[in-house]
Amino acid sequence: MSWKPVLESAGLDSWIVRLFEDIDEHNLPWLSALSRRCEQAFGDALIDLVPSYTTLLVVFDPLMISPSQARTMICRILADLEPEDSADAGAIHELRTWYDTSVGPELSRVAEHAGMAVSDVIDAHSQQVYRVFALGFAPGFAFMGLTDPRLECARLDTPRRRVPPGSVALAGRQTAAYPKETPGGWNLLGRTSAKLFDREREGFSLLRVGDQVRFVPVSREEFEREGGDTTPMEPLV
Amino acid sequence: MKQQTNPEPCISVLRAGPLALLQDSGRFGVRHLGVTQGGPADQYSWAWANHLTGNPWGTANLEITFGGLQLVAGRDLEIAITGADLGATMDQKPVPLWQRISWKAGETLAFAAPVSGLRAYLAVCGGFVAEPVLGSVACVTREELGGFGGMGTKLAAGDQLSVYSSGLPVGEGLIQAPREAILDFSQPAVLDLLPGAQIAHFTGRSLFDAFNTWWQVDDRADRMGVRLTGPRLNCKISTLVSEGINLGGVQVPPDGQPIVLLNDRQTIGGYPRLGSLSPLSASRLAQCLPRERVKLAAKGSDAALEQYRSFRALFHTASR
Repeated sequence: MSWKPVLESAGLDSWIVRLFEDIDEHNLPWLSALSRRCEQAFGDALIDLVPSYTTLLVVFDPLMISPSQARTMICRILADLEPEDSADAGAIHELRTWYDTSVGPELSRVAEHAGMAVSDVIDAHSQQVYRVFALGFAPGFAFMGLTDPRLECARLDTPRRRVPPGSVALAGRQTAAYPKETPGGWNLLGRTSAKLFDREREGFSLLRVGDQVRFVPVSREEFEREGGDTTPMEPLV
Repeated sequence: MKQQTNPEPCISVLRAGPLALLQDSGRFGVRHLGVTQGGPADQYSWAWANHLTGNPWGTANLEITFGGLQLVAGRDLEIAITGADLGATMDQKPVPLWQRISWKAGETLAFAAPVSGLRAYLAVCGGFVAEPVLGSVACVTREELGGFGGMGTKLAAGDQLSVYSSGLPVGEGLIQAPREAILDFSQPAVLDLLPGAQIAHFTGRSLFDAFNTWWQVDDRADRMGVRLTGPRLNCKISTLVSEGINLGGVQVPPDGQPIVLLNDRQTIGGYPRLGSLSPLSASRLAQCLPRERVKLAAKGSDAALEQYRSFRALFHTASR
C-alpha cells in the first residue's frame, strides 16, 4: 500500500486521520488497529472514535490534552502501526431477507439496469459477504460493500419520504438495511426481519464498522414467522 | 449531587411551544454507532443556567427554542433562565435572566417570542429527572433518543416533569452572572473559525470571500446545522468519501453555500470543509435567527483552546 497518512484538524477537540484515498475493504484492518491504539493511548481523554471508509475521526477532551499533544500521540502511533490480523475481523452476521417486489420495488429496476433476471439479482446480492465500511445517516445504518459491479445502480432521483425499517437497499456499489423508518433514496430490494437497532441490545446497533454481513434469502412465510412486516411499499408517485 | 429522587412530578406543561428539549452535555462514546452527539446547541448559556442553580456540569436542563412554552410549578422551585431573551414572564410579570430566581407553587412561567437570541435555557435546582439512553438524556428527535421518556420526544402539553431534590441550600453559590458573562445577542456575531480540513482546496477568491463577507443566516437552520448564504465558495474537490464530521464543522456543498454543523448533525458527511468553528462560536451561532448577519474570523487553535479552557474553568470550582 502507499502509506502516507495525513492529519487534518477537525476543531479544538479532534483530528481526522486520513489513511487512504479509496474505498477498499483492505482499509479496515488498518482502521481498526488505529482505533485500538488510540483507545490505549488516549485512555480517559478519548471522547469518540469515528471510523469511516478511509479515515478515523479522533475526538478527545480538550480540557485534558491540547490539539498539538493529540497530534503528537497520533503521529507516534502511525509511525509503527500494523494492520490487525484478519483473524480478528469483525463479527459475521446473517441478515435473513425476503426479496420481493412488494417490499423491494426496485428489484426490477436494478435487474433491468444490469440486464439480468430478478432471480439473478437476488443471487448476486445474497451470495457475497460484505464488509461494513461506516455507520452513519441514522443510528445503526451501516454502509456495506462493495457489491457485484453488475448491480451498480444510482440512487432514486427523488428520495422516498418514508422507507420502512428493515428495508434492504442498494446505491452505487454499496448496500444497507434501514434500521428505522427514515426518508431514503436507495433502491429497495427486499426486507430483513433482523433488528438492526434494538434498545434491548448493548450499544443498540447490530452492526459495527469492520463487521461481515451476508444477506440470506428467505420465503415470505419464514420472514413472517420471524416477525417481519410484509406490508407492501406504496408505489412511487 | 443527586442523593434523593423526587418521584412526584412538580412541573406541568400547559403549552409546549414549537420546540422545547431536555439537554444534558450530550451523548458521547457512541458516534461510531451512527448516533449523534446532541446536547445544548448553545453550550455557553446552558452551562450558566446550571451554574446559577448550583447544578454540576452535565445536569440536564431545558432548551427552549423560539418560546411559546408555558409551565406551572406544583411546588416551590429555584430556577435560572439564561440564553436568549424570549420574553419570559412569571404570572405575566417579566422575569430577570442570568440569575437564580424563585418559582412559587402555582405560578405560571411563560416564554413568549424571541426578543434577542433564539434559545433559552431553563435550569432547576437539582436538575430534571429522566432516564439516560446510551448514557445520556440529551433529546434528539430525529434519532428518537433521550428526553423525558427516552424516545426523543420534545415537550408536549400535558407533560408532567419531575425534579431531583436540590442538594443546594437556598442562597448558596453564585446567584447572578456577572455583567461581562452575559452575551448580547442583538449584536451581529463574529464567529471564530479554526482553519483545517480541506481549506487548502478552496480557491483564493473563495477564501477571501469566506472571511470578508457578512453571511446571512438562512431559514434552513436547525439543531443539525445552520446554512449561511452569501458569495459562492468554490472548492477544487466537490465531494469526499464520507468521513466523521465534528461540531462546528463548516462544510461547503457544491452550491457553494456553507453549512455549519451543530449538535444533531449526522455522524459522517462527504462535503469539503473550511475548518471548524470554536465550540463557543458554534454556541453563539445557535442563537442567531434567520436573516441575521454573521462574520467568520480565522482563529488559531491555541487561542481558541485557551478561551475554551477558561470558560470551562468557571464551572469547575462552584459546581461541586
